[in-house]
Parts: sequence; C-alpha cells; structure tokens
Amino acid sequence: MPWHYLARSMRGHPVRPPESGIARRKSIWERIHLDPWLLGLLLVLMGSGLIVLYSASGQSLDAVIGQGMRFCIALVGMVIIAQFSPTTFLRWAPLAYGVGVVMLVAVDVVGDVGMGAKRWLEIPGVIRFQPSEMMKLAAPLMVAAYLNRCELPPRLRDIVVCGVIIGVPVVLTAIQPDLGTSLLVSSAALIVVLLAGLSWRLIGFIAVLGAAAVPPLWMNMHNYQRQRVLTFLNPESDPLGAGWNIIQSTTAIGSGGLWGKGWLQGTQSQLEFLPERHTDFIIAVLGEEFGLVGMLVLLFLYLLIVSRGLWMASSAQDTFGRLVAGSIILTFFIYVFVNMGMVSGILPVVGVPLPLVSYGGTSSVTLLAGFGILMSIHAHRRLLSR
Amino acid sequence: MLKRPNTLKNSEQELRIFRVRALLAVLVVFTLAGLLTGRLVYLQIVQHDMYSTRSENNRVRVEPLPPNRGLIYDRNGVLLAENRPTYNLTLVRERVDNLDETLALLVDLLELPDEEIEAFNVRSRQRQRPFQPALLTSDLSEEQIARLAVNRHRLPGVEIEAQPLRFYPDAEIMAHSLGYVGRINAEEMETLDAGRYAGTHFIGKTGIERFYEEELHGQAGLRKVETNARGRVLRELGRTDPVPGANLTLTLDKSMQMLAYELLDGRRGSIVAIVPATGEILAMVSTPGFDSNQFVTGIDVASYRGLQEDLDLPLFNRAIRGHYPPGSTIKPFLALAGLVEGVITPDSTINDPGYYQLPNDSRRYRNWLRWGHGRVDMERSIAVSNNTYYYTLAHDLGIDNLHEQMSNFGFGQRVAHDVQGESTALMPSRDWKRGRFNQPWYPGETLSVGIGQGYWQVTPLQLASATATLANRGHWVKPRLARQIGDTPVPRDLPNTLDDIQLANDSWWDRVFSGMEKVISGREGTARRTGVGLEYRMGGKSGTAQVFSLGQDQRYNADELAERLRDHALFMAFAPLENPQIAVSVIVENAGGGSTHAAHLARAMTDAWLLKDKAPDVEEVREVLEEDNANVEGN
Repeated sequence: MPWHYLARSMRGHPVRPPESGIARRKSIWERIHLDPWLLGLLLVLMGSGLIVLYSASGQSLDAVIGQGMRFCIALVGMVIIAQFSPTTFLRWAPLAYGVGVVMLVAVDVVGDVGMGAKRWLEIPGVIRFQPSEMMKLAAPLMVAAYLNRCELPPRLRDIVVCGVIIGVPVVLTAIQPDLGTSLLVSSAALIVVLLAGLSWRLIGFIAVLGAAAVPPLWMNMHNYQRQRVLTFLNPESDPLGAGWNIIQSTTAIGSGGLWGKGWLQGTQSQLEFLPERHTDFIIAVLGEEFGLVGMLVLLFLYLLIVSRGLWMASSAQDTFGRLVAGSIILTFFIYVFVNMGMVSGILPVVGVPLPLVSYGGTSSVTLLAGFGILMSIHAHRRLLSR
Repeated sequence: MLKRPNTLKNSEQELRIFRVRALLAVLVVFTLAGLLTGRLVYLQIVQHDMYSTRSENNRVRVEPLPPNRGLIYDRNGVLLAENRPTYNLTLVRERVDNLDETLALLVDLLELPDEEIEAFNVRSRQRQRPFQPALLTSDLSEEQIARLAVNRHRLPGVEIEAQPLRFYPDAEIMAHSLGYVGRINAEEMETLDAGRYAGTHFIGKTGIERFYEEELHGQAGLRKVETNARGRVLRELGRTDPVPGANLTLTLDKSMQMLAYELLDGRRGSIVAIVPATGEILAMVSTPGFDSNQFVTGIDVASYRGLQEDLDLPLFNRAIRGHYPPGSTIKPFLALAGLVEGVITPDSTINDPGYYQLPNDSRRYRNWLRWGHGRVDMERSIAVSNNTYYYTLAHDLGIDNLHEQMSNFGFGQRVAHDVQGESTALMPSRDWKRGRFNQPWYPGETLSVGIGQGYWQVTPLQLASATATLANRGHWVKPRLARQIGDTPVPRDLPNTLDDIQLANDSWWDRVFSGMEKVISGREGTARRTGVGLEYRMGGKSGTAQVFSLGQDQRYNADELAERLRDHALFMAFAPLENPQIAVSVIVENAGGGSTHAAHLARAMTDAWLLKDKAPDVEEVREVLEEDNANVEGN
C-alpha cells in the first residue's frame, strides 16, 4: 500500500519495532514518561497565553496568577497520568465511561444551573464537578477500548455499537444544553472510529444523509433558531444582539492589520467592545494587538503541537494507543479550528474555548490530562513491544 | 500459539489503516489551517482599512456641546427668560434585569402616563449602540426625584440626567411678547444647520424667541472623546467650545407689562405702549395670557385642547394679530390728512345737524349725538368726537387720498422692526375692494372709513405706532422690542419704510394736540372724567368699534346685548403733550364706550410711566371703572 510507504519514509522511522530486545539506556525523559518536545511546546503555548490573558483581562494580574495556578495543577495532573501505563487506561475505560454516563444523568436530573444550563454536579463543600468534561476523554477511551477487541476495519455491527457508545453521552450533554461540549465529545469519539478505518462508502453515505437532512430540519426549526442561523450568515442583520459579538471580534482582528496595535494597545479589547474577551474570544485580542504576524505564530505553534502529537500517535505500538493518541491530538486541533473559525466569523458561535489560552480551569485540566495519556502511550511503548 | 501470528497480521493491517488515516488527517489539518490563514489575511490585510475605520468609529465619539441659550431681560435688567436646570429620566436597557418589571415599577412610582412608555419604546428601538441611554421622561419633579432616590437599589440602569430647560418666570404676562421655545420638530429639522444645532433640542417657536432665534441660540461646540463599549467617556481627545447665545435686553418694562396685564383684568383685550422718540415698545400685552412654560416641555393634549377651545382665545396674540375697527380713535389722523391734503384748515368749520347726507342720497349718516353738535371746528371735532365733521372730511378727501395718508401712518402694513407674526390688518382702498370683492368703491363706504368703521381694521400695535408718529409730529420711528443684543445696542435709526409726515404749517400739530387734550381735559371732552387730577398734559382719543352693526335709525342699548356682542372700547393717547414720553393704545373687547373703560386704562399706563414714584394702584382704577360703568353714556 503506497500510503504506508509514503508515511514511513516521511517520518524516517521504522514501522516495525526494533529487532533487538535489549533496551538502550533510558533518558531521564523516558524514565519520567514525558515527551520533552511536546512538553516544551505546551509550555511555550501556555506562556504566550498568559501574556495575551494579561491584556485580555483588562490588565488583571490576579487573573494571570489564577490561570498560572490552574496550569500548574493541570500540569501536575498530566505528569501523574503519564505515569500510568496504557493498559491501565484500557482496563479502566469502561468504568470511567459508565460512571461518566451515570453522572451525566445525575446532572440532567439534579444538576446546578450555571449560565442558563445544567452542567455542574456538586457535593456541597467538597467538590464541584462538570461530568461532561470527563466524557471528552472517557468517550474516546471507551470507543478505542471496544474497537481494540475487534478486527479492523470495523464491521457494521461494531460500528453500530460504537454509535451507541457515542450517542448516549452526546445526547445527555446536548440536553443540558451544552452544544459546544456535546460537539467535542462526539468528534473525539468519532475520530477514533474514523482512524480505526470506517469504510469510505459509509462515510460518504452519512455525508449524503446529513446533506439531505438540512431542508426538513430548516422547515421544522423555530423562528428564533432560524434567526440564529441567519445571524451567523449575516451578522449585520442583528448588530445589537447576536451579531454584536462577531462584528466586534472581526473588527478587532481586522483592525490589527499585519503587525497589530501593540500589546495592551488594542482599543477594541481594552475599551470592552469585544465581548467574552478573556474567554472564548481571546484570540481576537491577540489578532488586534499582535496582528496577522501574531496570529500566524500562534497557529504555527498549534500546528507544531498537532504534528508532534500525530507523530507520537503513529509511532504507538498497539491499536488502542494509536486510536486514543490520534483522537486526543486531533480533538485538540478541532478546539483550535472551531474557536478561531468562530471568532474570525467563518463558523457559527458555539462556546468552545481556545485551548490553553482562554481563561478557565476546567478545559485546561481536561486538555492536559489528555496530553498525559498521550505521553503515557508514547513513553511506555518499548515496554509493550516485547 | 496459533492465535499469535493471526493477531500480528491484524496488527500490521491495522497499523497500515491507521497511518493512511493519520496522513489524511494531517492533510485535513493543514487544509483547515490554510483556510484560517486565508481568512486572517482577508480580515487583516485586504479588509484592514475598513475594519480600522470601524474600530476607530467605535472608540471615538463626537459629542455635541450645545450652547447655552441667551437670557432675556427687560429694559431694567429684570430676567424674563432663563435656563432652569431640570432632570430627565433615562434608562440603559442592558443594565436592566427585567425591563417590564422596571417599567411597571417606574409607572407606579412616578405616575407616568402610558404615552410616555410608548414613546420610550420607540426611542429605545432607535438606539445606535448597546448601552445607549434612552429618554423615559423629562422634567422630573422634586417629589419624583425623591421617590427615585429611595428606590434606587431596585432600579439598576435607571439614571437621572440634568438638562437646562427654558423657564419664563412671568409666563402669563409675557407669553405673547416673548413667545416660547419648544422641541424642534421634523419640519424644522430639515431646514436647520445640523452643525449649529447639534445637541440642541429646543428652538424658538413664536415671539422674541423665534425672531431672535439666531442670536439667542449661539453656536454648538463639540468634543471628541474616547469611550468604552458602555459609552463611558474615558478621555477627551479634542474640543471646540460652544459659543453661547447672546443675552437679549428688551425695550419692554416688566412693571409696565404687568400693570397692563392687571389693568385688563382677565378681559379680552390688549395694551401697547411705545416711547415715541425711540420706538421702544414698553409694554405689549394681550389678554388672556397663558402659561408658556407648558409649551417648553410639550403640552399635554387635554391642556392644549383646553387652550384652543377656550372662547377667549388665550393663545391668540391680540396685540399684533387682533383686527379691530379703529372707530373714532383715528379722527386725529384724518384731521391731519385733511390738513396735509389742504381739504381743511384748523379753523374751517361745519354745521352739524346730527347727521350727514351724501348729495342725491336720502340715507342719513348719523352723529352719535342725535341732535348734533352745531358749529364744529377741527379741535372741537376731536374733543367731542363729532361724526358729521369726519363724514364731510372723508367725502372731501376721497378714498384714494384717505388710503394714501393713512398708509403713511402705518395702517394696513407691518410696522415693527422685530415683532414676529405681525399682521398687516387692513387699510381698504379701491384696488383692494376690486381685488377682494370685484366691486367698485361706493362713496358711502368712504364715510364709514371716515369714522373708523367699515372695512378698516387695525391692530393695537398699529394704533400705538401711529399714535407715536403723531406724538413725534410726523416723524416716523420703527417700533422695536430689542434694545441690546449681547453687548451691541440696536441702532436707534433703523432703515425706515415710511416717510415723515409734513404739514404746511408746523403749528397745526399743536392745534391737533390741543383737540386731543380737550378729549381728556376739555369741558365737553368724551373722556373728561379720565382727566380728573391729571398732573401733566395729555392728549388722547376714544373710540368704539361696533361688533354688531346697527340698521338705520336703530338705537343702541348695551345692556340688552349679550356681553360678546357689545362694542369694543378703544383709546389712544400720548403724554406729556409738549414733550411726549409715551404713546399708548388700549383695546378692551366688548367693554362698551371707550370713554369709560379704555381711557382709564390708558391714563393708568401714562401715570405709571411719567410719575414713576406715584404708580397708580390697580384697585383704585378698578373702582373708578365700576363707578363709570354704573352710569354709561355714549362716546
């Protein structure tokens, strides 16, 4: 298969495991099960994020320190997770998935309302927890664990089972309602199925089915839902309401030009014209203050992380590891694309933060936990190769 | 052991599948990254200028700085129109948690009418940006402000905003002369200079406020400010100060104005007083008055309808728009016309049998005294207001001469320099009648005009102005209301539209004056009771304007007529005779003969002006009026 050879030569890496059973001396990174390249890139990204956050938070040092603390906690979590071997994740995946589903049901029944949606589960005084975040990892792990037992490419029966595994948490999240998370949970799990070799014919069939569903869907929409779609297509039609965010964010980015207005000098950001400027729309602050150059540097940084992640995924030594690693890193890119696309006005507004830059702890913890799993898969491969 | 190779084979295949898919994923990732890059290039390079401008417009706001409207003072520096600080209620929708609840609470607290809420909803929809406050109601009372203060915590997003508002301290007595300002309407908006009026909500609608709008308004300034998204001003980037409107000092004397208002005592009527030498209008009153302050904030429909439907027409400015037959008050002017045209001399006489007849006409034009005044010369004709003398004079002059001479006194035209909305009234002529009725002029109509009846109509201002010209011995001075605009005095000599009136012998003026003095101080003067105790020499002339015309030989009894059908009482006067300081015209609608009512008011006005320290007591004047009314006699 030509793709296979092409991929191999591109990586410059032998496809087969090393012949020799004798391990060479492990480096310090291998001993602590971390990938120095990925870790370095993530640290650079988080550092840049904090610089932008200082500006986006209205020059609040408290926000930067708070976010820094969350990063530290999340990094510690990542390091701990990286110490477990992939077989642990494989073994615990069904349990994590099961507990996650139970908690999602609990949220829908008794959850706390925050921002107009039930997302939080709280044991008062002990912990406040968002089960849908956990599902972002549990769902792809579960699908990968299931597919690991099947012969690949998956047969129709396996695909139906995967569909159920994915569908349950996605629906439970969607009715909270939290469309952004629901989207990310489903894409993380779907990527696993796609990487496992879902047949092209089936992919094409689903695509056609989806396209055919648009007209009847439009006919059955409520007026306000149609209005939302129309506002996305033409933000100027509702300049004070839903269109306001997009008008202001594109104005911020566009007015930044090639080099930007300078750090802390963005009028759109500093004068609060930009909504959600330190959370979902933080990229517009970067675009305004650092211009196209700043945006492309950040995008390049993300691409480096994704490239490194994909390389690590493809060098994993078993199906479960590959599928999980590939899903984690591609979901990461989906975060980036959906957020930047939404802020720059080519995607509708869904609440997806910019990974490791937007203010907020929960998504950082989940993301770095994912990178922990990725590093574990990468760092434990020789032990499994026997 | 059998299973293992099988698994290994699967492994190889699975790895191949994964690598193909991963490579595809790389392609997709880079395609999407390229898409984002393209979008960013489009926004930040291609469309950069457009977004730059938009961001600048977001940030920089040009705020108009409306000028303070000029104040208006009377001739002694008494404030007649000021700018009072008032408080408006505004609402920022984005800061209100529950709009319906908040509005309901406000309606409850402030007792707002439904129209205000509807108007607010309209204004609210017209906002340009979020966080822009919309006006809810204007001119809050102290009590309303207090109630708002107590409930402040329940009303986030509701704010009180200060705005200067025009206020007339003596609205009722000054309303017609000063006029008033009101909100700029759509029609006015189209013709206004937008830059000059930026931020201004009010404009002069009538009177002085309208005539001197340009001077009073001033020039709007502006400031460029940087604001945040909530509209809060963060710093000023640049500023042009507004030029405040000029203060206006009027020729009006508030105490004279007030006296005239009180003298008229709620009746329908008008008093105008002018300084003959300068044309300065001392008083110009039309009654009933109205509260012009109501019009500043916008009068409510019910009150407006009330004013409009009032039979006394309080909104009608009688002083400049009221059309009255001048009656006998014009007899001195006619005598002067006869002198100018050489039809009479001061010494020519007629014999009055009590009526006048045109040649070859049986109709008798009656003197008011049925049995006639006998031999009458010019002075006596004025003193006793003999009609027959003036029928003869008018007939001898003819309508053409009569029209020309009366026009020289300003009848039938606008006379004042700066009175907004002045009416020309009507000085009839042959041409006018042909144009109006397509009929020739009949000689009998000349006789009617000769005693100030018929088609002839004057405004109180015209009558006062003509009296001032007469007092000036024919020298024409334009009446005016403004004495000083800012620091610039209004020039004494304004471009004149009328020539001075020349007599062949200057001493003839004294003969006319003498006749007018006898009206008040003479033994048989029609207003002789007014002359009792006079401390200076005064000339005047009474007049009666018929509202209800009488047929041939009908007799007139004021008591039998409904109040509104009674004659209007007129009087014109000036004083002192040798050096006139004031000329007055008085018209009291439906008051009966001029000698009884209007003359007393005229004298009260001249007393007030000439004997400053012995200003007349309005109550005393009223007593005299009542006493007089008890024994009405003809004029």
